[in-house]
Amino acid sequence: MAILEIAAGCMHFRELNELIKGTDCDVTLSSCFGQRYIAAGLGAKTITITGTPGNALAAYMDGAHVIVHGNVQDAVGDTMNDGRVIVHGNAGDALGYGMRGGAIYVKGRSGYRTGIHMKEYQEKKPVIIVGEKVGSFLGEYMAGGLVAVLGIGMEGEPPVGRFTGTGMHGGKAFIRSDKELTRLPAQVSVEVASKGDLEEIEPHVDEFAKLFGYDKSALLNKNFFVLKPNAKNPYHTLYTPNPR
Amino acid sequence: MGAFDVLPDYEISRNLDRCIVCRVCERQCANQAHEYVPEEDAMASDESKCVNCHRCVSLCPTRALKIVRSSNTYKLNDNWTDKIIKEISIQASTGSVLLSSMGNPEDYPIYFDKITINASQVTNPPIDPLREPMETRVFLGPKPDSVERDSNGKIIPNLPPQVKLSMPMMFSAMSYGSISYNAHESLARAASELGICYNTGEGGLHEDFYKFGPNTIVQVASGRFGVHKQYLNQGAAVEIKMGQGAKPGIGGHLPGKKIVADVSRTRMTPEGSDAISPAPHHDIYSIEDLRQLVFSLKEATDYKKPIIVKIAAVHNVAAIASGIARSGADIIAIDGFRGGTGAAPTRIRDSVGIPIELALAAVDSKLRLEGIRGKVSIIAGGGIRSSTDIVKAIALGADAVYLGTSALLALGCHLCRSCQAGKCNWGIATQEPELVRRLNPSIGAKRLVNLMTAWQHEIEEIMGGMGINSIEALKGNRLMLRGVGLNEKELSVLGIKHAGEGQD
Repeated sequence: MAILEIAAGCMHFRELNELIKGTDCDVTLSSCFGQRYIAAGLGAKTITITGTPGNALAAYMDGAHVIVHGNVQDAVGDTMNDGRVIVHGNAGDALGYGMRGGAIYVKGRSGYRTGIHMKEYQEKKPVIIVGEKVGSFLGEYMAGGLVAVLGIGMEGEPPVGRFTGTGMHGGKAFIRSDKELTRLPAQVSVEVASKGDLEEIEPHVDEFAKLFGYDKSALLNKNFFVLKPNAKNPYHTLYTPNPR
Repeated sequence: MGAFDVLPDYEISRNLDRCIVCRVCERQCANQAHEYVPEEDAMASDESKCVNCHRCVSLCPTRALKIVRSSNTYKLNDNWTDKIIKEISIQASTGSVLLSSMGNPEDYPIYFDKITINASQVTNPPIDPLREPMETRVFLGPKPDSVERDSNGKIIPNLPPQVKLSMPMMFSAMSYGSISYNAHESLARAASELGICYNTGEGGLHEDFYKFGPNTIVQVASGRFGVHKQYLNQGAAVEIKMGQGAKPGIGGHLPGKKIVADVSRTRMTPEGSDAISPAPHHDIYSIEDLRQLVFSLKEATDYKKPIIVKIAAVHNVAAIASGIARSGADIIAIDGFRGGTGAAPTRIRDSVGIPIELALAAVDSKLRLEGIRGKVSIIAGGGIRSSTDIVKAIALGADAVYLGTSALLALGCHLCRSCQAGKCNWGIATQEPELVRRLNPSIGAKRLVNLMTAWQHEIEEIMGGMGINSIEALKGNRLMLRGVGLNEKELSVLGIKHAGEGQD
């Protein structure tokens, strides 16, 4: 398949995105300088980026493959429906907000509010794998899907920030760490991942290892905690009817 | 009854001379307030289960039933009212937050009722809408600053995308989940027939209703329920919900018991799990962040759909609206504190936010002052009850209005304010199939069309009386309004004169 090569440089995002949407070819994007909304709502197509794409990369994305050789900024994969985002670097805040399907692999770290509001419905099950560590509020209000933080190079400290899983009422969050997770909110239960849990993330860890050149068995051969919601209805006792 | 149980506010009164023990009331009441007693071959009732929705009253074939306010009362006290005493007792028993439904019912001033409308006499003759053409069509969206022409003098079409409405009314956001499939179908069919729009609310769009897309506003809220590319492109416009008049600063929370199979599929969330939509969008902390969501939606819809940003009417609404107008949004929807809801904490519903009349006037004035009124259209909602309220809202600066409660009343709602229980006997705010069936979408749509058509006629008559033949000429035309019994400050915020003052 032919490939459209674009040097993004200081091109306005609207112009750049029109070029990407307007072609049937796969796209190679070089010298990307923070252009926003790349691959927003985009269907099957592969986009390979060098440089730094701007906020809301892959928002509402619907099947495209995005490979970034560099870092990405905030709100990557917002409400993403299908496809893949592979980041050979770090990600900013609100990675995978409200994600509904597809997968995001980040080699390095991601910021605050990773995987919040993730959902799932039948065969649609979004996945986020972060290699090193994440900021606070991982999986906040998570309603489905799977997020894993592998803690690579994070010996001695848990690879998550504070308020992990606040308001979580669905899905699973895996955290690879020897260190006990503390100060978790009441809405989540934490336990050492069972064999069944590990089988669930094994294919995704396998994919991560292949993408970024890690040894899969070394990644899996360490303690994983799994966070699950305590209840599907975490706030049902908070309210009392007042028919006035 | 236990010592700490709260006595019901209303009693069921049954005229035994008329009751024929047909048991209709028993079958119709999902709250089981009526019960047949075989030993006595008579009906008994339990007022503690009655929500005063008037389903039994309406369907009793002999009109044997009425619901009356209980005469039982605590010692009269204008400060510690019956209501306050009962609410304290409920909270002392449960330790929970009070949860109510529909709009703020408290005794605040209703400014619409203190504003009167002008009419022409002698010098500027009225127009007879039965004989003269009257224009009620409106276009929502930014208007260009100037007409541009090419070298041949032809007009260059530079009008950004607009929402076209046959009359300045739309049905406001009510999600599938908070209201029933049949209620949504009624709204969608009526909107389509009328040439206006209804609004999906934040619960996604059922695939059966995709065909009503050109008459649909699709909503995106913090929970992102049912949001995907096709959904965004299906509607006439996309609305970002930042806030809601009934509960400013509070998010949505649809309990898991309302997430039945079909609702689950539409929202794309698991069945039985709560659908939580927190107060903030966790990626929006500033106007710049809002701009990011506005433009990500424009990118996903190829700049073909106007973007609406909906906010609750709060103290600083004018400055916030000014920011929204600069964020790239095309339309601002302002929801006043009388706006309805399927569930809101009572204290928030009744005490937070400001009246739509004041908010609307403040926003319109601010945007005009800053010279950016043409960048956005304004939709006013939350407390619009009649065609005169609509005329007044437009004269205060709205381009169109959102109607929620009045649309539900047309569908059979009796404002019992028990939506949160999910047992709506009128088939509106429920997901129980046997209750949903009670609302016939053909009848529902017809009643909505009737109401809107009647209001459209009334608006035409009122405009004609003023000598105005187009909604556009009424918009922001505050000289057509006068206050009655309002103080200087109220008149100044509303930007209107007091009755008795002329035009100069």
